[in-house]
Formats: sequence, C-alpha cells, structure tokens
Amino acid sequence: MTQQKERTWVHYYFQSASGVIGLILVAVMVILSFISFFGLAPNNPLEQNPVDALSGPNATYWFGTDQFGRDIFSRSIDGMRRSLSVALLSVSLATFFGVFLGVVGGFLGKWFDSLVVRFSDVIFSFPAILLALAIVNSLGNSWIDTSIAIAIVYTPIFIRVSRGPVLTVKEMDYIKSVRVLGFSSPRILLKHVMPNVLAPIVVQVALSLSWAILTESGLSFLGLGTQPPDASLGLMVAEAQPLAAFAWWALAFPSIFITVVVVGLNLVGDGLRDALDPARRNS
Amino acid sequence: MQRFFILNRLLSVLTTLFGISIFVFIVLRVIPGDTITSSLGIETGALSPEQIESLKRYYGIDQPLIGQYFSWISSFLRGDLGFSYSTGTPVLQLTKSALLVTLELALIGTVLGVFIGISIGMFSARKPGSLRDFAGQFFGLLALAVPGFVLSTTIVTVMANQFQYFPNGYEYMSPTEDLWMNFQQMLFPGLVLGIAVAAPVMRTTRSALLETVDKDFIRTAYGKGVKPRIVRLKHVLRNSLIPIVTMTGIQFGYLLGGAVIVEKIFSLPGMGRQILDAINKREYATVQSSIMIFAIMFVAINLITDLVYRKVDPRIK
Repeated sequence: MTQQKERTWVHYYFQSASGVIGLILVAVMVILSFISFFGLAPNNPLEQNPVDALSGPNATYWFGTDQFGRDIFSRSIDGMRRSLSVALLSVSLATFFGVFLGVVGGFLGKWFDSLVVRFSDVIFSFPAILLALAIVNSLGNSWIDTSIAIAIVYTPIFIRVSRGPVLTVKEMDYIKSVRVLGFSSPRILLKHVMPNVLAPIVVQVALSLSWAILTESGLSFLGLGTQPPDASLGLMVAEAQPLAAFAWWALAFPSIFITVVVVGLNLVGDGLRDALDPARRNS
Repeated sequence: MQRFFILNRLLSVLTTLFGISIFVFIVLRVIPGDTITSSLGIETGALSPEQIESLKRYYGIDQPLIGQYFSWISSFLRGDLGFSYSTGTPVLQLTKSALLVTLELALIGTVLGVFIGISIGMFSARKPGSLRDFAGQFFGLLALAVPGFVLSTTIVTVMANQFQYFPNGYEYMSPTEDLWMNFQQMLFPGLVLGIAVAAPVMRTTRSALLETVDKDFIRTAYGKGVKPRIVRLKHVLRNSLIPIVTMTGIQFGYLLGGAVIVEKIFSLPGMGRQILDAINKREYATVQSSIMIFAIMFVAINLITDLVYRKVDPRIK
C-alpha cells in the first residue's frame, strides 16, 4: 500500500518539466560540491599563483583566476560545498525543531501552544537577513554559527506549516477514534497525524534550502560568514566588486552558481508541490 | 465586533513587542557576554580589577540581568537609545536621519516592485501556457533567485565602467537638499529592491487574474460588449487586487531586510548601514537599539497591512 503510494508521487514528480530541470540543476551543484569535498577540484582553492593572476577562462583555469591567481572554478565549487552544508544543517535543524514545536503545540494546545505561537510571532517580526546578522554577530563566524543563526530564523516557518494542518487533522473522526481506542499521544502523533501533514513540510524544505543559501551568501557578502582566505560564494562576489570592470569572470561565475542552485531548489519545490497535492495533479 | 478585533490585535502587538525586546536583549546582550572584553578585546588583560569593576558599573553590567533589561528598556522607551562613540552623537539623532533614508528607499522599491510585478503578471496571464507566459514566469523565477547583492554589484560595475555614471559615488543628498541628486542616488537601489518585490507580486497577480477571469461576472461583462481592455483593467484587475495588496504589504516588510545589503553597496546612510557600521565598530548599544527599531517598524507595517486588508475587503470580518 505505502509502496504504491510512494511510486505515485514520484511518478507525478517526474512528469513535471520544471521538477526535472530543478532536480538536474541541484544534482549538478551537489556533485560539484562532492568533487570539492573529496579534494578532486582541478586546483587547490587556496593556492595563489601570482604569475597567472587575473587570467581569463582558459584550459587550466576554466573560470579564470582572481587577483591572487587563485582558480575561480575550484573556489566556486568549494564555496558551493560550504553554502550547501550550511543550508543542509540549518534547514535540518529548523525542520526538526519547527515541526516538533508546531505538531506538539498544535496537538496539545493550551499554554504550550500559545508559547510556541508567541515565539514564532517574535521571530517573524524581523527581516530574515537582519535577524541572522544579529545572531551571527553574537555567536561567531564559523559555518556552524551561521547555520544556527539561519536555523533560528527559519524555524517559525516550519512551526506555521506543520501546526496549521495538525489543528485540522486532530479534529477529524479517525483521530478521535484512535484516541477512543486508547492509543498514547506520541503514537497518535507519529503514526496518524504526521503522515497527513508531511506534504507541505516537504515542499517547505526545498524552498527553505533556497532561502538559506541566499541568506548564507548574503551574510558572507557582508563579511559576517566565512572569513578569507576560505572560499564562499557571497564573499567571492564581494571580493570581485573592485575587479569586475576588467575581470568579469571573477564576478560572473560565483553569481551564476548561487543563481543556478536557488533556481534549481525553487523548481524542485514547485515540482514537489504539484506532485504531492492531488488537486494540482494533471493541471 | 470590529472594535474588539482592533483592540485584540493591538494587545497581541504589544505582547509581541515585549517578546521582541526580550529576544533582542538575549541575543545582543546576554549571548555575547561581557561587553568590556568584546569591545576592548585583548586590551582587557591590561586592566586592573578595580578598573574592570568601574567599567562594569559604567556600562551597568554589574547589575543582575533582569535589572539590566529593565534599565535598557526604560531608557529606550524614554527615547534614550544610547550613544555612538565613533560619531560622537546620540543614537536617537543618528536614527532619525537614517530611518528617513530607509523608508524612502523602501517606498521607492515598493512602488517600482508593484508596477513591474503587476505589469508582468498581467502580461503573463493574458495567455496562460503561451510563450509570453513562460517569459513572464521565467522573469519571476530569476527575480527570486538572483541575490540583491549580485544584482547591485552588477549594476554598479556596468553603470560606472561602461557609462561612467555612478551618482552614489558622491556624498548622499537628502530630498530637501538636492531632489534630483537624491532621485538619482535612490533609483538603482530602489530598482534592486523593486525587482525582489516584483517576483512574488508577479506570481500573485498572475494567479489572482487567472482565477478571476473564469468568474461569471467577467463573462457577463464580455457578453454586454464591454471592450476587452476595459474588462481587463476595470473588472479583472480590480477584483484581483486584494491578494496583491496583501502580498505587497508582506513584501514591504521583507524589503527592509534587503535594504541592509543594498544600502551598503550604494553607500546610502540608512538604518541597514547604521547597523553594519555599528557591528564593525563594536558599538553594541547602537546595534541593539537599531535592531529593536527595525523590528518595531516591521510589526507596525504588518499591523497596517492587516487593517488595510480588512478595510479593502468587506467580506473579512
């Protein structure tokens, strides 16, 4: 039964062109990140070759070099690895805590629920990048600090996305009947409530990954994330600003990388939304 | 009933603001720990215990945390936002001029964003599934995905190097000093923010229009022989405005966040740059008050959107 259901939404997902394109774009970026992770990049992202400084794209340096003669391709894929790591860790944390608080709050109600709602209202009262900036300013500049900051910023979105459906689902007859059967609350939550609120959460994960990448690159652009000489896409754009007039590649390639991965994640989000929502299928 | 709603809403805004002040206090005062070490760095080691004691008394951090919170919030409410040592001015005075810059920027960004978003949304919705719809949606996706700092950096580079035009290279002029210069300095940063706003506005416009065109009263209007252009503007667009207004209100708030990055690149002395400068100079009082003010603005905008929304749509009670 479950297997058949799973096959169905995967099937619908691959029917949408945007979903497939998005998946390909994200997959390319993930593979490039792994190449960098295993040290298989064509050049060392930190190595300076002053003789080759500011050379345009060529056979040795596919994306050209920066003012220190560092390989922009190797730095871009290293930056992508960092961005994706931050996005993955922060969105995992936000999903875990957000869904936990939202589902438990919505299910239990009473004071715990009002506390959860108040907390999300407070976090929602800050523009995302500003709140992340304030938290990073207090925590520090490591990639874990950045991830924690972004996780705090996006937790309320998951609270909202999961709490709403729980409020609807818990009033339904089938939940009332398993309660009458005497099932424990954790069991009802995990086995009967969660499967029915999962779809919007999955879509939200894809979209939040894209926002997390934008926030991370924004922070490092402002100098509040990854510190030089380490490579990060936002920082590379900031460093390319004074060079861009005569070395367009230094600005163009990291910018294209950020845009491609964010476009990809948005398309994946759209594809998932269409595939998981029965009302939208075949439309 | 309506009056009760507003009262309720105001009450919940007040509790949210109280929560925000506690959150800001924890994030910016409690987590960083000792203000003295973080502002003086390794020089703290050279201080005698008596000197550290008197510095702590000076900064008020010899009191317990609750006392510190109340002394901060009570002076904040009295308009004492702290003192900026690097500029030698009270933070309140800095904030007054910075706030105007950011609000002007946000307003220009919103106007441009709404104009671009609605135009492209209408352009897309004319023929769903067509090439023009695809082009419109592609624009929406790119506007969502290209970060503001990439767009700003590109504009600055192209304008300054290809056209030798960079009004933001000159000293900032307020609208009362030099209106034309101010307009030129605000145009590109406003456009960058506007494009970010345009993406969600475009998507909302498109789907709202597509939902409205199928309604019976639209068919009636066509049946009566009203010109298609008039139907599109007067009947379809006007009845799709509610979700568009809501989306614009939400985006206006987010735009304040985008202002942080854009103000830095285009050297505009707004709230965002005030916060960044204060972070770099380790002026914690300025950071704390400025972020608090940002949050208050954000809450105020959401409240206004909510009230306007209820006024615009008589169906919401």
